[in-house]
Parts: sequence; C-alpha cells; structure tokens
Amino acid sequence: MMKEKSLSGWRAWILAETPDSALQARLSRFYLSWLSFKRNPLAVIGLMIVVFLVLIALFAPWLSLHLPTEQNLADRLQAPSSTYWLGTDELGRDIYSRVIHGSKITLYIIFLVAVIVVPLGLFVGTTAGYFGGIIDKILMRITDIFMAFPRLILALAFVAVMGPSIENAVIAITITSWPPYARIARAETITIRHSEFILAIQQQGASAWRIMFKHIVPLCTSSVIVRLTLDMAGVILIAAGLGFLGLGAQPPSPEWGLMISQGRQYLLDQWWVSTIPGIAIFIVSLGFNLLGDGLRDVLDPTNV
Amino acid sequence: MIQIHNLNVHLGSGRARVHAVRNVSFDVKQGESFGLVGESGSGKSTVLRAISGLYQNHSGEIQIDGEVQGGSKGIDFYKKLQMVFQDPYASLHPRHTVDQTLSEPLQIHKLDHVEKRIRTALENVGLGINFRFRYPHQLSGGQRQRVAVARAMILEPRILLLDEPTSALDVSVQAEVLNLLTILRIEHSLTYILVSHDLAVVAYMCEQIAVMNKGQIVENLSKEQIIKSQATEPYTQQLLAASKGYDRETARRLLQFN
Amino acid sequence: MSSIQQMSKNHNPLLQIENLNVEFLNHTGNSIRAVREVSFTLGQERLGIVGESGSGKSTVGRAILSLIPPTGKIKAEKIALNGIDLQKLSELEMRKIRGNKISMIMQDPKHALNPVMRVGEQIAEALRLHNNIARSEAKQKVLDILKDVQIRDPERVYRAYPHELSGGMGQRVMIAMMLIPDPNLLIADEPTSALDVTVQMQILAIIDDLVREKGMGLIFISHDLNLMASFCDRVLIMYAGKVVEECQASELAQAKHPYTKGLLSCLPTVENSNQILATLNRDPAWLE
Repeated sequence: MMKEKSLSGWRAWILAETPDSALQARLSRFYLSWLSFKRNPLAVIGLMIVVFLVLIALFAPWLSLHLPTEQNLADRLQAPSSTYWLGTDELGRDIYSRVIHGSKITLYIIFLVAVIVVPLGLFVGTTAGYFGGIIDKILMRITDIFMAFPRLILALAFVAVMGPSIENAVIAITITSWPPYARIARAETITIRHSEFILAIQQQGASAWRIMFKHIVPLCTSSVIVRLTLDMAGVILIAAGLGFLGLGAQPPSPEWGLMISQGRQYLLDQWWVSTIPGIAIFIVSLGFNLLGDGLRDVLDPTNV
Repeated sequence: MIQIHNLNVHLGSGRARVHAVRNVSFDVKQGESFGLVGESGSGKSTVLRAISGLYQNHSGEIQIDGEVQGGSKGIDFYKKLQMVFQDPYASLHPRHTVDQTLSEPLQIHKLDHVEKRIRTALENVGLGINFRFRYPHQLSGGQRQRVAVARAMILEPRILLLDEPTSALDVSVQAEVLNLLTILRIEHSLTYILVSHDLAVVAYMCEQIAVMNKGQIVENLSKEQIIKSQATEPYTQQLLAASKGYDRETARRLLQFN
Repeated sequence: MSSIQQMSKNHNPLLQIENLNVEFLNHTGNSIRAVREVSFTLGQERLGIVGESGSGKSTVGRAILSLIPPTGKIKAEKIALNGIDLQKLSELEMRKIRGNKISMIMQDPKHALNPVMRVGEQIAEALRLHNNIARSEAKQKVLDILKDVQIRDPERVYRAYPHELSGGMGQRVMIAMMLIPDPNLLIADEPTSALDVTVQMQILAIIDDLVREKGMGLIFISHDLNLMASFCDRVLIMYAGKVVEECQASELAQAKHPYTKGLLSCLPTVENSNQILATLNRDPAWLE
C-alpha cells in the first residue's frame, strides 16, 4: 500500500502513469533520470562546470575584454589588475580573454573526438559482439592494434608526417581513443545477445542490422556515455599536453596547453601566465570527471 | 499441422557438448493444443526452440504446415509461427515502449493500418489503450506477458509456441493469462505447443501431452488418461504423484531416473 | 483473537508475534506498508505463510530475524521467542540468535553460500561460530548432518565448492548448515520454489523428518497453496501485507475469506480443464 504526494501542473503530466504519446513517455523517463541525477551534489557541480564551459565558448566574443591575440608590449607580464583581470602574458596579451577564447578550442577538440569515437566504437563493438566467430576475431585484433599505440608517440609520428595543427592532434587522439568504446560495446552486446527480447525480435524476422542498431545499441549507450564523459578529462589533458609540446595548436592560438608552455620561463615571478590556463584545464577536467561519475550512478547503478 | 520426426539437437561444443534432444517424434494436428512436460534439463524448451528455427544444425525432420524446415527461412515463416517466452521481465526490450514493441513486427513485414492493428492487438489481450506508451518497467508481470502475447499475435500466426508462459507469474495472474490463451485459441483457430514443468498447467491447457526426461519422450498421454491416472511408465507415474502435493510416502518411493 | 491462537498461547508458545508492522521508505518520500498488523503464535508445529508476490510473506520472516534493510522500519507490540522479546536485543545479542536459535533457509542456496569456500568448511564455520568446539569435532558433526540430509557421499560434498553442486544438493547443504546448531525455530522462505517437483519432494521429506526429529517449530513461506496444505499443520494466507485467513491445513477447502476462495478456485487442474478459470476479483476493501 503506497501513500503518494499529489502532483500538479506539468509535473503531473510528465510523471503520468499512462503516457499518451511516445514523446511524453520519453520525456518522463528523462525527467526521472534527471531527478535521480540531481540528488548528487557533486554531479550537479560537474554538470554546471561543463555547461559553464559551453556558455563561455559560445559567448566568448562578448565576454572577453580584449582581443585574444592583441599584443601590447608595454603592458607585458603584468599582474592581475582591473584592466587585465587575470594579468598579461609575455607579449602583453590579456590572459583572461585568451582563456575565454581558449575554451572554444577545448570544446572543439572534445566535440570532434566524441563525434568520431562514439559511432566508430559502437559500430565495431556491436558488430563484433553480435556476429561473433571470425568477424569478432578480426575486429578485435584491429582494435587491439590501435589500442597498442601510445597516444603521445603516435601524435609525434603523425605530426612529423602531417605537420603540427589542432586537427592533426585531434586525429591522433581519436585514433588511440576509440578502442575502449568498441570493447565496451562488444561486452554489452555479448551480454544481451541471447536475451529473450532479442530472440523474440529475431523470431519476428528482424534483420541483423535492425537488431544491432535498434535493439542493442540503445542498451550500450549508457556505458558509452559514462565512459565518454570520464574520457573527456583525459582528452583535454592530452590535447593540452600536445599543445604544450608544440604539436597541436600553434601560436598565437590561445590553446590552454600552449599557453602553459609559453609561460614556463616566467613561472617563478609571473606565475599567472602558466598557472591560470592550468587552473582552467584542471577545473574543466574535474567537471567532466564529476559529471561522468554522476551519470554512471544514474545510468548504470550496478557498476560501482 | 506440425510433424516432428527423429529430432536430435546437440548444444554446446567440445567437452561441453550435450545431446539435449534425442530422437523426439510427435505430431500436432491443426487447432490442437499439445503439451510437453518435463523437469529441468529434459529438453522440452530445446524442442520448442528447434521448431521455432533457432538451431541451424538439428538433425531429423521438422514439418510445419506441409513444408519441411531446414536452412534459411523466408520472411513468411515468421508470420506462420510465433513464440511466447517464459520470463516476462526479459522478453520485452527494456527501452522500448509497448507501442514500439508492437509496431516493429509490422514495420519489418511492411503491413498497413499500423494504428488499427496495434489498437486491436492491445484490445485482444485485454490491455487498455493507456498502456500503449508505457515502458516494461511500468508494467506488472502479468501485463508484460499480455504484451508478449499481443506481440506474438500481431502478425496473425497460425501456430503459437508457448515456452513456460506462466511459470514466472503469480497464481491469480496465471489464471488470467491462461484464460486469455484459451480464448485466443478458440477465436483464431490456433495450434499451440505448450511447454511447462507444471503438470497442472499442461494438463489443463492441452489435449495431448508428451512427458520428457533427459532429452527423450518417455510417454504420450491424452487428457483422459491423466484424469484416470493411466500412466504406464514409472517416470510418468512418479511425476503425476509428485505433482499432487506433498506426501511422505510418495517421497519415500522416489527413484532416480537416469 | 481466534481460538486457535488462544490454544497455542496456553502452552508457552515458541514464537509470539503481535501487531507486526513493517514500513519501507523509498527515495521520493513515499512509504510502503509491506506488513500490516500481523499477529500469530507458533508452537512446535508447522505454520505455512502463503501469499502471492507483494503480499509481505517474506518480509514477515525477515522481520522476525531483524534482517530488514535500513530503509525499512519494524514496529511490533511483541516479537518473542520463548518469551524473550527480540526487539529489545542489541545487534550483538541478535547475532547469537540468528543461525543458532532461529535459522532461515532461502530460495537460492547459491546466494547463501560463499562461492570461494569449500562447503564443509562453511558449515563447520557456522557451527563453530556459536559453539566452542575443536575443528575435528566440528568436521565430524558436519559429516553427520550431511548424512542426515540424505547426502550419500558426505566426504565428497564436504570438499566440494558450491558451484559444483546441483540445485537439490545445494539446498540440502543449506538445510544442513541451518540445522546443525539445533535451532528452536526454522524459517524456510520458498526453499523449493526453484527446484524440480521430484527434487522438491525429496527436500521436503528431509525437512519433514528433521523438524519432527528435533522438535523444532517451522515457518514455511511459499506461494504454493496446495503444497502448504499438504505439508503444514496450519496455514496463514496473506494479501497486501495483512493476514486475511488463518486455518488448519486440513480445512483449507472450507476457507472463508473471498481472497482464499478465489485463490483456490483459480488453480488449473486437469479436472476443470473444460472451463475458463475463475479469476480473482480484487476487492479494494481487502487493502484496508
């Protein structure tokens, strides 16, 4: 016997026991997941940081005070002040504005990696897991080969061949990042492959592709999303690392890793030149980590 | 309607290879309800799955509606024969609404009047239209099983294979689902093969019953023979006695059948 | 109080439950009353608690042993074993009761057995937890009880790991483990529901003999009404957390409550196979 609190307005609609449309049903599920997510304060902080990042990147031109590449040698290496909120670097550029514009680059990298890595990993993993046998063996060996490359070394090799740029850094990161997603997708697929609901749809004449994409992939997305958010922190750090080594973004781009690298020599007296972008990287990585943990608790609670 | 002749199925490979079904033969007439009863490991579910086309490498003959089954199946096969599974918690896709579960077979077979068919399917199993957009976790066990039956019926098959359809349900819900299956069989002139470990369910639902043990059919009985306790094989007699409830004497006389 | 309860009370009951309530709080703040005002007494007899899923029958068993998860609250006027109020005991004292004075057998033995420990060692450990005896003596007692549960090769089973045992064998091991400390009360929560019907009979025969021999009280929780009627002395029928009927097992066919009658009449049998089964009409009044 259950005593329930009464609901009103849109809440009643979204939590309705009997939804009237597919949209209502989906929104209802989403809302309930959101409520569960909200209960974890750290996860909400993580989400806020990520949202913050996106907003800053979107409104960069309006939020920055100076042009990120505008040099003002007279004002070089100035401490944070009312004109230059976070100080200036060795070429007199406003660090605050550069950090703001650098967020666009960070977002760009994350987005490109995510958009390539997830579909690729899902496709390879699901196919390997569903068909098994020789297809599984071949795909998994290919996955293993890619997984064997150390990211930084591959990036060096790539850059040596293709020349240093953000795009090439992204490609290098992507090539070495997708294998774990394939493995996750394959593991989930193997678990689900013999479930009765899969047998049932096979029994109704569904083709292998339909089963893989409409039935299996939706069940893999939780694990993949969690992995992606946790990975993002790592991706940001690697991109920053590549930038630091001069293999990614090139000057005068306000990429955070590059900024740290360029400010190295002034670390003792003008600490803000390197430290401020470092803090930015730290906060964003932390945000993704917290978000990832929170998502995992909501989407995959058995996997602690 | 269905003729099984010398069916043999091996499961697993290498050292784990098991001869799950041994030389099983039986016939099911059109419109009949045929029961396979046995304990776990008897091979009864394997027989059902072999008939549904799950195993490519069975030996022996399976004839459905005059056609010998073997190798690949045309898409029409699935419109002739459908299966209802045991576990209502596992036979519906957890992320698909009832609507999606019911409309998918219609999409696969490119049938028309999707809206009407879905409504009719839900009505036929006694679920109101307000169940249409629920997810499985919002349904009770009995309701899920009804959706499974609706899904099986939506392609208008002639034959339903029922794999322990009520074993996971409460007794009162079981009665509702069994009634539903009985009514559907009469209304649509269906042929059933029902598999269960519960002798009472099989004896209630079926006219002809085959008792299985360790992959083989031990005995064939009709409903009358069960009512009159006319089993001849000791295994069957033991099963009948054990199904009547606890009795110390019966327990004392239990034998091991290998 | 019914006359049955009065009779048992006069003979210093083994177990006395008065007005047991168990309430669970879920995260949205809603409360679910899993058990509502359940009262019964138990002597050296077999009591069957029958109900469908959600009736609260398993919760009653666990409440007696105080094995309810932290989201649940137990409130009762009395939960007394041989006169001792179990609610007043500390967790430490309760641990001396569990597995010692009151034992519980559950549905899946694989969940109750430690998968990385040999079976014999586990049972011996359970024994030595409550009794200060030497290892060799414990081993002998374990082998003895394994013989009591009709295990033909006790030495082999002693050395086996849980996953090497079949369902019926595993259940026997669990019974051995739970009965070796000679408890006063045995609670069996669906011990045979996952077993084949012939194995079920064998296990029930073992429980039957041991309970009789050792003079224990037995609470048998199940969803199988006919089984309860044939195995137990008295039966309690539960619905939505409440006891709706209590009667002698032999008088079950004369049950009075509409839920019990409905439950009995909706069972499929070969005799009523030419009729549609009567279905239960759940009266909302039963939820009061």
